[in-house]
Amino acid sequence: MHLDHAPAHHGPAAVSADVTRPDGARRALRIGLGGPVGSGKTATVAALCRALRDEVSLAVVTNDIYTREDAEFLRREAVLPPERITAVETGACPHTAIRDDISANLEAVEDLEDGVGPLDLILVESGGDNLTATFSKGLVDAQIFVIDVAGGDDIPRKGGPGVTTADLLVVNKTDLAPYVGADLGRMAADARTQRAHLPVVFQSLRDGAGVRDVAGWVRERLTAWTA
Amino acid sequence: MRTAGVRALARIHARADGRGGTCLPVLDGDGPLAPRRTRGSGGEAHVVLVGAMSGPLGGDHLTVRADVEPGARLRVGSAAATIALPGRHPGGARQDVTLTVADGGELHWLPEQLICAQGSDLTVTTRADLAPGARLVLREEQILGRAAEQPGRLLSRLTVRIGGRTVLDQELACGPGATGGWDGPAVLAGRRAVGQLVLVGPEFEVRPVGAGPLGEDAAVLPLAGPAVLVSAVATDALRLRRLLDEAQDRLAAPSV
Amino acid sequence: MSRSALLVLADGRFPAGGHAHSGGAEAAVAAGRITDAASLEDFCRGRLHTTGLVSAALAASAALGADPAELDAAADARTPSPALRTAARRLGRQLLRAARATWPSDELDGLARRFPKGAHQPVVLGLTARAAGLGPADAAHCAVHESVSGPATATVRLLGLDPFDATAVSARLAPEADRVVERAVDAARRVAGEGVDALPAASAPLLEILAEAHAGWSVRLFAS
Repeated sequence: MHLDHAPAHHGPAAVSADVTRPDGARRALRIGLGGPVGSGKTATVAALCRALRDEVSLAVVTNDIYTREDAEFLRREAVLPPERITAVETGACPHTAIRDDISANLEAVEDLEDGVGPLDLILVESGGDNLTATFSKGLVDAQIFVIDVAGGDDIPRKGGPGVTTADLLVVNKTDLAPYVGADLGRMAADARTQRAHLPVVFQSLRDGAGVRDVAGWVRERLTAWTA
Repeated sequence: MRTAGVRALARIHARADGRGGTCLPVLDGDGPLAPRRTRGSGGEAHVVLVGAMSGPLGGDHLTVRADVEPGARLRVGSAAATIALPGRHPGGARQDVTLTVADGGELHWLPEQLICAQGSDLTVTTRADLAPGARLVLREEQILGRAAEQPGRLLSRLTVRIGGRTVLDQELACGPGATGGWDGPAVLAGRRAVGQLVLVGPEFEVRPVGAGPLGEDAAVLPLAGPAVLVSAVATDALRLRRLLDEAQDRLAAPSV
Repeated sequence: MSRSALLVLADGRFPAGGHAHSGGAEAAVAAGRITDAASLEDFCRGRLHTTGLVSAALAASAALGADPAELDAAADARTPSPALRTAARRLGRQLLRAARATWPSDELDGLARRFPKGAHQPVVLGLTARAAGLGPADAAHCAVHESVSGPATATVRLLGLDPFDATAVSARLAPEADRVVERAVDAARRVAGEGVDALPAASAPLLEILAEAHAGWSVRLFAS
């Protein structure tokens, strides 16, 4: 309902998913990254930052469970200037902060646009949670779900909202498949069954496989957003 | 034992004498309150409040007023701790302290502890009104009960205004009959000594003090204005004073 | 007043950011001062009569139409801990966002323009109650409810306390909470004539002191 509001009437702060900033400019595209603990979300965010930072103006919001570790990892890795990385505190419930009560994340996103903007892209990373955690559409425009082969090659078959509905499914750490006995072919087939035509990328940050595909998918989204 | 509640007023008025010193055109008190001038230092006048009787008792109403004019410097202490005791009169005792400091004036208000003896019932208000360029060092310490006795009831409100704007307004209620939870983990957690140190001065506008804990039982709290509160609790009066003295030394250092 | 609107606003799932705050419970748990349902109750009772009362009076006052800027300054003066002032403004900003989406009103838009980085949460709460067609007592009820339910639910997560026990704490405090609401509304009604000095200023030294220590922790579950 708020997509139609004229921002001039409604004062300074966007309510939630409004596509324009208070000054009338188009806001940044917001992409969420979710997935289980240890699947490589933060590493994927870091890889995306490295791939895209020279082309677009971007920033990151992390949702940590009880520390600011993810944000600190990204700062340490220097994937972006520190002022472009914000940590949201989630009161031990990252899925609440990205889905049920997105107010703190929206505030973080707004402050980044105010502080270091204009921005083209904001990556919102969820704290490692479970297979049911998905982002609210009030917070992100598209979401990536990151799982890894070591978490079990039956995850795509089991499904769950993240696996079945995310706009992009990333199956990470494919280089570990031989060591953990994961059947990549079976994972791909199960994912196709669960996701119909939604895309899947097999990624290994160690050998670089798939990294370009994930960045390419984000670029397509950006093109569509700014069109 | 007195049979009627006492009304008493003490007044101190400090004025710059034009020669770099401070004179006291008004210095009087009646009943249990007697302000005495003692040897000052530098341009600062020193006054000690001497309690001529023990008090305040139930039914008493004591008022203290100190006004510091532009450029004057006044330091007020007390000769001994004030002990609130139970009285025969209903309604409890009351003590009101009103302090004003004009531009360029400086007041150090450093009385000894207020001890709320078992059975006492005291309401204290301290109100400091400061001009924007005034400076203040104010310390209040409440000790809940003498050694090994139950505390009396205390309601204490401290208000600090700078240029007409309230920067601190806080009330502490404790002892029997106070609102619930006063001795619990959110408020005092069994501590029997509570203290506040307030520092006000234009220098805090220029060079704000950082907030942070001072050990487990005290914290430096920069207020929303050119002022800082040190809030502390302790098991006894001695430890409390030590905490506040340390905080004062630490905060006073960078401003001079 | 609409009881249904009140329930919408008072619902712990109302998306206004409260879930990330423990109301000082995390620091009190770490200090060993909340260990079970009994100490939680003691903690919540102290909070109810201090922060809870002050918040309720601010909220009731805002609901009655007092000047939000004056109330916000009064809240500052009653919140010496900078960490708690920051938390209150952050929560105020989050509540304002949720409120504007839920009960659109010119008054809330005006508040957002005046306080782009957030006003104290109880002030926003009072204006939200107005926008929802609720009265000062409703606003005060929401504030005192939050002052108790926040630490109670946080303690369930922090200590693994039995959620039934934690909820029973809130229920046992309900009669006291009702009395706090009455005090708060009485004070709020005096603001029109006497100004914001009529508002209560009950303080909890340990909540303020521990909030500063908590703000410096590098590892914590809750924002405050």
